[in-house]
Parts: sequence; structure tokens; C-alpha cells
Amino acid sequence: MQKLVVIGAGMASGRVLEHLFEAEAPYEVTLFNAEPRGNYNRIMLSPVLSGEKSFAEIVTHGDAWYDEHAVTCRFGEKVTAIDRARKVVVGENGAVPYDKLLIATGSAPFIIPLPGHDLPGVVAYRDLEDTNAMIEASAKPGSRAVVIGGGLLGLEAAAGLRLRGMDVTVLHLMGHLMERQLDEAAGYLLKQDLEKRGIDVMLNASTKAIEGDGKVERVVLEDGTVLEADIVCMAVGIRPAGQIGADAGLECGKAIKVDAHMRTSDPDIFAVGECVEFDGNLFGLVAPLYDQARVVAKTLRGEDDVFTMRELSTKLKVTGCDLFSAGDFAQGEGREDIVFRDPARGIYKRLVIEDDRLVGAVLYGDTADGNWFFGLIKDETCIEEMRDTLIYGPAFQGGGAAGQDPLAAVAALPPEAEICGCNGICKNQIVDAIGAGANTLETLRAQTKASASCGTCTGLVEQLLAVTLGDSFETGGAKPVCGCTELTHEDVRRLIKARALRSQTAVWQELGWLTVNGCPSCRPAINFYLLAEWPLDYQDDAQSRFVNERNHANIQKDGTYSVMPRMWGGMTSADELLAIATAAKKYDAAVKVTGGQRIDLLGIEKDDLPAIWADLNAAGMVSGHAYSKGLRTVKTCVGTDWCRFGTQDSTGLGIKLEKKLWGSWTPHKVKMGVSGCPRNCAEATCKDVGVICVDSGYQIGVAGAAGMDLRETKRLVDVATEDEVIEWTTAFVQLYRENAKYLDRPYKWVDKVGLDWVKDVLSDPAERAALNERFEISQSVYRKDPWAERATEPEARKFQPLADLTMEPAE
Amino acid sequence: MTWTDVGALSDIPLRGARTVKTASGCVAIFRTGEEELFATSAICAHKRGPLAEGMVHGRKVTCPLHSWTYSLETGEAQGADKGSIATYPVKYEEGRVLLKLGALAEQAAA
Ligand code: SRM
Ligand SMILES: Cc1cc2nc3c(=O)[nH]c(=O)nc-3n(C[C@H](O)[C@H](O)[C@H](O)COP(=O)(O)OP(=O)(O)OC[C@H]3O[C@@H](n4cnc5c(N)ncnc54)[C@H](O)[C@@H]3O)c2cc1C
Ligand code: SF4
Ligand code: FES
Repeated sequence: MQKLVVIGAGMASGRVLEHLFEAEAPYEVTLFNAEPRGNYNRIMLSPVLSGEKSFAEIVTHGDAWYDEHAVTCRFGEKVTAIDRARKVVVGENGAVPYDKLLIATGSAPFIIPLPGHDLPGVVAYRDLEDTNAMIEASAKPGSRAVVIGGGLLGLEAAAGLRLRGMDVTVLHLMGHLMERQLDEAAGYLLKQDLEKRGIDVMLNASTKAIEGDGKVERVVLEDGTVLEADIVCMAVGIRPAGQIGADAGLECGKAIKVDAHMRTSDPDIFAVGECVEFDGNLFGLVAPLYDQARVVAKTLRGEDDVFTMRELSTKLKVTGCDLFSAGDFAQGEGREDIVFRDPARGIYKRLVIEDDRLVGAVLYGDTADGNWFFGLIKDETCIEEMRDTLIYGPAFQGGGAAGQDPLAAVAALPPEAEICGCNGICKNQIVDAIGAGANTLETLRAQTKASASCGTCTGLVEQLLAVTLGDSFETGGAKPVCGCTELTHEDVRRLIKARALRSQTAVWQELGWLTVNGCPSCRPAINFYLLAEWPLDYQDDAQSRFVNERNHANIQKDGTYSVMPRMWGGMTSADELLAIATAAKKYDAAVKVTGGQRIDLLGIEKDDLPAIWADLNAAGMVSGHAYSKGLRTVKTCVGTDWCRFGTQDSTGLGIKLEKKLWGSWTPHKVKMGVSGCPRNCAEATCKDVGVICVDSGYQIGVAGAAGMDLRETKRLVDVATEDEVIEWTTAFVQLYRENAKYLDRPYKWVDKVGLDWVKDVLSDPAERAALNERFEISQSVYRKDPWAERATEPEARKFQPLADLTMEPAE
Repeated sequence: MTWTDVGALSDIPLRGARTVKTASGCVAIFRTGEEELFATSAICAHKRGPLAEGMVHGRKVTCPLHSWTYSLETGEAQGADKGSIATYPVKYEEGRVLLKLGALAEQAAA
């Protein structure tokens, strides 16, 4: 008999030993394990943590099994060295000689070296000790847990702790949960499901320190948030535990390198499990480890077998959160997504197809077809024939017309199939209504409510109309936002409000977007709708803005920028002009007087933007927003200050209006003018809002234009005081922000809704007050100089290249 | 050929890009997903628009000047526009972004 020493009694080595003993291989085995116990099913620690299973139930090999196979067990003893020259393994309690050695040391949890990471009460999630520590902490009534890491392990820990009654908060560094396995949409649904179970999830949360007096008491985040904690579970990743092999001089990369026979660089030493590196790959799930175990057992018996990488799929073991992910689900050239969303039931499915093969799948909410999809991925099945109905799963395949064409698939649905999830409307109800004369989408909606709520089943309902009515039905009607959706801008705005959608991901999912994260047409619009509706909750997304709004300057044809500070109401001073002149010289700018009564500095390099802004800020100037869909200029004339005809202080009123409204984001740009008398030197009658001062007060006109269209303003109201001008103007702008389609200037919007409607709404003082109040809430966030926020570190650095390697020698 | 560390993954905004200046030209590094990177020439084949300032959607970028859209994987312009930009090997490890400089020099020399 040969002596086989095994280091580590984990999931991989347990499987190797089973194979060896089954084949009655002639080995005398010594099994070391650092944990004070033998092999158990590590992945089932999660049900142990949640209380759904006991530890005894997850032991895979008990004492009797080791006895039967005469395994010398050295549990609770760590191996400290391998002496290859003498062929012995050195344990804490002495050395053992080997003929063949198997390293199966798994991996070690990665602990972020934060201040306080070594306080009692900070645990990882890897073994029974960690699990027991968490169970113990949960015993105290009202106790709180913070889980750092929103990956597979962290979420299983969080769910388990919550089931044990703890208050649980998950901190995740990234923008969505389980980003390695899930795309954003599925991550969003998962977050919602976890929150429904009472688990708090904080995304983009970066931990700064763990604090406490002798034990964990709280966790502090980079943004200053403080969370009370009785226990902190750090589940941020694993590192292969291959040090013992490296120390023995075995060839290592990130882990112990093995060939396809699981042999290390020493022919008598093998390695298996998470401690190995094969062909550049590391491992973290058991399926491939079991393949490795089979191969190493064969190699040890002198039989030939090779290990190959294969596709993996993931599931989360949290009861009630059904998710499945497999293959490569990134988007790409030549790749096509098929997305299916059923918002009412919280279902999301995405298939990624390349060259008529399924290469990836993400399923949330309904994972029943997961294994079927996984099979198609593994076998690289050609799906050309079933492409149109693939997403509906195996039930729709297998011959017949239903396999070919979506209309036929709808025709083949049973009468009781639910079409509209929101209103619970089945196919037969819709077909009956069509039979009774409802032959358009609108009448169908009115009569059955099908597709009248969230609208995402509109496509299906239209298909039913087409199937039932044949050629006499034509789809059409209002124009959708873009190719990513069938909804119109107006629908989207209404639904964002009605369904309290507060993030882009919520919009993509709940409104059934057909692309993963929109396109350059819809994303800026959705970003605006969200920030206009939820100014305090929604964080403006710079990456959903065009370059000018992202960089707060207008890009020029040569890639430089123009910088235009505000000149409130067209007024400036000698000091401001000196600062502008100095900046123009310093940054070598061209200087132009604009059509908007201010001065443009052109030709500024991107790298110089923060510096020139800092210089202008120092002279008291702020961004002119000459780049934004927001308030541009309030053009004024000299008014009563100087003009012999002036009836009111037009300059002063212009400045007041500009100071009130600057910084606000609107559907398109907004320009104003205030003229001191009907001679109208400030061209107020062709502005979005134009005020003409008269002896008796002020005439407010709206919806003018002098760009691609030329329009004279229409009279909104005549008022007596400056305060009323400001109140009405603000109310008008807010009404425009809340209702207009993105990229409609006010005149286009007023054409659509009618000036009478605008007048009706605004003539109610309570309505005006409410609009003013909502505008102010939004301004509490946005009435800030974006230049000042970016002129200093760390923001300023983002305007520089990530790195300058011009001095590095290229090899 | 070695990989050069050019910065932290978190310095590149999600669905955004940053540039890296090199002796053989300016490179744009795009982050399309939490952990997905692409590197291309930073200059549009149409009229030299700065591609790192474009909008990033899916695995594509749209030039800020006249909206040519490129696949970040192949560097080919999409749709009716004809042209292409160079692509380079880039990866991340432990939160750091690594760019293969040799590949650039080679393409510059070729
Ligand atoms: C700088 C300026 C021209 C000048 O040298 O005077 C200017 C420059 C640009 N205008 Fe203008 N407009 C300027 C006053 C105007 C005016 C006159 C005014 O504001 O009194 C108008 C007509 C009034 C109006 O808007 O109704 C005007 C109507 C437009 C339009 C058409 C808008 C429309 O709805 O029809 C566009 C295109 C757009 O916005 O889509 C545009 C777009 C542009 C852009 C941003 C084009 C672009 O996308 O790059 C130009 C930026 C140049 C640059 O690189 O900086 N510009 N533009 C003026 C800046 C005023 C300011 O101080 O902020
Ligand atoms: C809570 C949890 C849930 C999981 N859920 C899933 C899941 O759902 N699906 C899935 O596929 N995977 C899951 N995994 C991962 C899976 O458990 C691992 O991939 C698997 O256990 C790795 O097996 P291994 O044999 O390589 O290492 P391990 O099982 O970790 O065994 C290694 C053993 O070696 C011992 N050891 C290390 N160094 C020494 C030394 N110097 N001397 C002596 N002994 C040593 C260790 O104490 C350990 O007992 C989960 C893991 C955890 C922790
Ligand atoms: S008129 Fe045309 S060319 Fe002149 S600044 Fe406006 S957009 Fe540019
Ligand atoms: S320069 Fe890029 S599209 Fe014109």
C-alpha cells in the first residue's frame, strides 16, 4: 500500500476519497484538517445559519466512514510545511511521510484591512465557527448585523441572519447586487425582494472603519453614515489558500498550478479544489471541483482522464429569491439580447445570443426554465429555428406553428392565459371584447383595462388584436420614445410618477425596456424625468448626459471647450471684466460677446477647465449654464436705471429672475427677457418667457421662439408687482418641467397642451403656490454652482487623463 | 509584454470613460459594466472627436461631435457610417486597471 497524505478535509478532497475507496485503490490515507472536524457540505452552512438545517444534517462523512476506510484523521491540526526532499508533511503535532500528496486547502476569506477589522465580532463566512458566531450574536434580542459584501455569500448570510430576527444591513460597494452573476435589472429585483424581507441594502457603500470599545459596536462609511452593529460579517471574496504549496517551491500563480491531470510541478504532489489554478482559471463553485476530484482520483489510480473547463451556472440559496445566471451575459458586437419583463409578477429574463447560439442567460423571478437554457448554452445548440419564442421556454418549442412566429405563439396561448398582469385579464376576455366590437387598442383598454395600467403588455394585446382581426388591424398611434420601448414620452412621465419609479433601473424593469440600459436617445430623457420628479431621491447621472452637460462647458469642433460665466441680467463690472481678461490671457482663449448678453471664452483645453473655473469663481462668477437644458440668460435692457422711457426696473427684475431660476434643469433650454417698456430692447417678445414693463405693472408673455422657429410670445397674464412676476414665472417653469416632453422648448409644449390649459392651471393661487414650492425643493439641490463643485479635488482630477504614460518606454 | 497599471477601476465612471496619454497616442478606457473594460483609440475616425466624452450604452460609444457609434469590442463604426478605431488589450485585477502598452507601440509602428 502506498501512503497518501491529504491536506484539507473539504468538499473537494471528500469527493476524491469517495472515488478512491469506491475503486478500492491501494492507498493508506492520512487526512489533515485545520478545522476540528471532518468533511461536511460547506455550501449548506447557509441553511444552518438560517435555522432550516442542523449541522449534523450537513456532515458528509462521519466517524464510522473514516474508520471503515482506515483513514488516519488528524482533525484540528494544521499542516505547517511540506518537505519535498524528505517526502514528509509536517503537521502541528508531528510529521508524516508520503508517497503521494494531495493538497486540498480550499481558500481563505478575504478580510479588508479596515481600521477595526480585527475587533471581536468581525467574522467572515467560511466555516462552522463563523456560522456559530453569527447564530450566537443573533440570540440577543434587538441585535443588529452589518454584512459587508452583496455577493452570493453576503446575501445568504444576510438572509440567514434576518430569519434569525436580526436587523440586517448589507453594504455593497458596487451599483447593483451580485454584479458578477447578475445584470442591473436582475440586481434591482433582487434588492427589492430582499428589502421586502426587511433587509436594508445600501449600494455604492464604501466602508471606512469598524469601531467599538473592545468589540464591534458600529460601522462607519466613507460618506459619514454610521450604522450600529453587534456583529459584522465580511463577505467580500476569497483568496486561494495555496501558500503551503508556494512555500514548498511548487509552481504557483495566484494559486497552485496544476495540469489537466491535477498534477502540480512535482509529479508526486497533486492539488484539487479552490487552492488550484488551472490554465489561468481560479475556482469558487463546487461543480468544477467535483470534476477535478474525479480526475485526480483516476490519476492516482493510474487511469487517464483530463479536466476541462465548462460552463457554470449560479443560484442563490435564499428561499423566495429565485434567480439563475449562466454563461456570459455581457452585451456585445454580434450579440443580441432577448429581454422579457413581466413587471406585475417581478419577472425578468434575458437571453444573450451570438451566432445563433445561446451564450448567456439571466433569469429572475421565474427560473423554471434555467436548466433548459443552461443545457442550450453547454451544448451550443443552434437556436435559429426557435429564436422568436426561445424566451418562452421549452413549452413553446417542439414543432407546430407556435415554434416559428410570435403571432402564432400568441394564437396558441390557452384561453385562460393571463395577458395583463396588472389587471388580471386573460386571453379569452380580450378575445371576447374584440368579438364584441372593441377593435382598437384604446377601446380595448377602456372596456377590459388590459394594458391600461403599466402598459408593458401592450405588445401582446396588439398581437391578440392582429391575430383576432387579421389584416383589418393596424398597430400604430403615438410615437414611442425610441426603439428601446413602445411607450411614449408622456406615458413614461406619467408612469414614473404613478408607480413611484425612482431609479433608471426601476424604469427599465417596471416599464419593460427592451434594451439593457437604454440608448443615447432615451437615457438623457429618463434621467431628466427622474430628477424632475424626485429631486431629493434621485441622483443626477452624469453618464446619461451629453458631453456639454457632463463637463459643464460647450465642446467645440476641435475638442476644446468654451467657458461662459453668468452675467446676471447682462450686468457686469470692471472687476469681472478684469478677471475675464486675465483668464482669457492665461488660458489663451478667444473672446466673443454672445447674443445672450455675456462673454464667451473659447478654445479652453479640457484639462484647464477646473483651473479657469477656480479663477472665475475667485472673482465671484459662476457657471452661465450656456451648455444646459436649463435656464440660460435673462436678457434685460437698462430700464428705469438709465433710460428716459423706462417704466420699471427691468434690469433689477431680470437679475432677480435669473438668481431665482439658475441651475434648474428643464426639458430644453429656457431663455427669458425683461424689457423696460414696449419698445422692447431686450427682445422679450421672442423668449420662452418675456416680460414687458408698463406703467401699470408687468405683462408676462410665454412660448416665444427665435431659433429654428420664429414665434411671438402669447400673453399669460398682467400683474402689478415684481413679486407676482417671479411667482408666475416660477410656476410656469415648474409646470413646464413637470409636464413637457424632453427636448420640447416651451412653445412646442404649449402648442400641445394649449395655452388655455396653462392659464387655467396657473390662475389658481393654490396651484401656483404648490408649483413654486416644488420648484424650491428641487432648487435646494440644484441651485449650486457646478463649476465650484468641480474646481477642487477630488472632482478636478477627473478632468485630467487617468494616466500620462508619454514618458514610459513602449516595449 | 507587460501590463501597465494606469489607475483604479473606481476612477473610471460606470458607463463612462477616461483617457490615458501614451507615447503612441491617446487611449480611451471605457467601463461598460461594473467590471467590464474596453480600450480604444480616443479619437473618432470621422473628424477626430474625443470619444471618451461620448455616451456609453451597451458595449458601444457614441461620439459627442456627430454621433458616430462604435462597437467597443471590434472598433467598427455601426450603421451607415464606415470607419474604425483601434482597440487595445485592457483588464482589471484587484481593482486596478491594466493596459498592455506593447500592443499600442506595435500598432503605431505597423
Ligand atoms: C454662443 C452663442 C452664439 C453667440 O456667439 O452669440 C450660441 C452658440 C450656440 N448655440 Fe445658440 N448661441 C447663442 C445664442 C442663441 C440665441 C439668441 C439668444 O439666446 O438670445 C438663439 C435664438 C433664441 C432661441 O433660443 O429661441 C439661439 C438658438 C440656438 C438653437 C435653436 C434653438 C431652438 O429651439 O430653435 C440651437 C440648437 C439647439 O439648442 O438644439 C443653438 C445651439 C447653440 C450651440 C450650443 C450649438 C452646439 O450644440 O454646439 C452653440 C454653441 C457654440 C459653442 O461652441 O459655444 N442655439 N442661440 C449664443 C450664446 C448666448 C448665451 O450667452 O448663452
Ligand atoms: C456559506 C457558503 C455557501 C456556499 N454556497 C455555494 C453554493 O451554493 N454553490 C457552490 O457551488 N459553492 C458554494 N460555496 C463554495 C463551496 O463551498 C466551495 O467552492 C468549496 O467548499 C471548496 O472546496 P475545497 O475542498 O476546495 O475547499 P474547502 O471546502 O474550503 O476545504 C478546505 C479545507 O482545508 C482546510 N485547510 C486549509 N489549510 C489547511 C492546512 N494548512 N492544514 C490543514 N487543513 C487546512 C480548511 O480548514 C478546510 O476545511 C459556498 C461556500 C460557503 C462558505
Ligand atoms: S448660429 Fe449655428 S453656427 Fe452660429 S453659434 Fe449658433 S449653432 Fe453655431
Ligand atoms: S468626429 Fe466623431 S462623429 Fe464626427
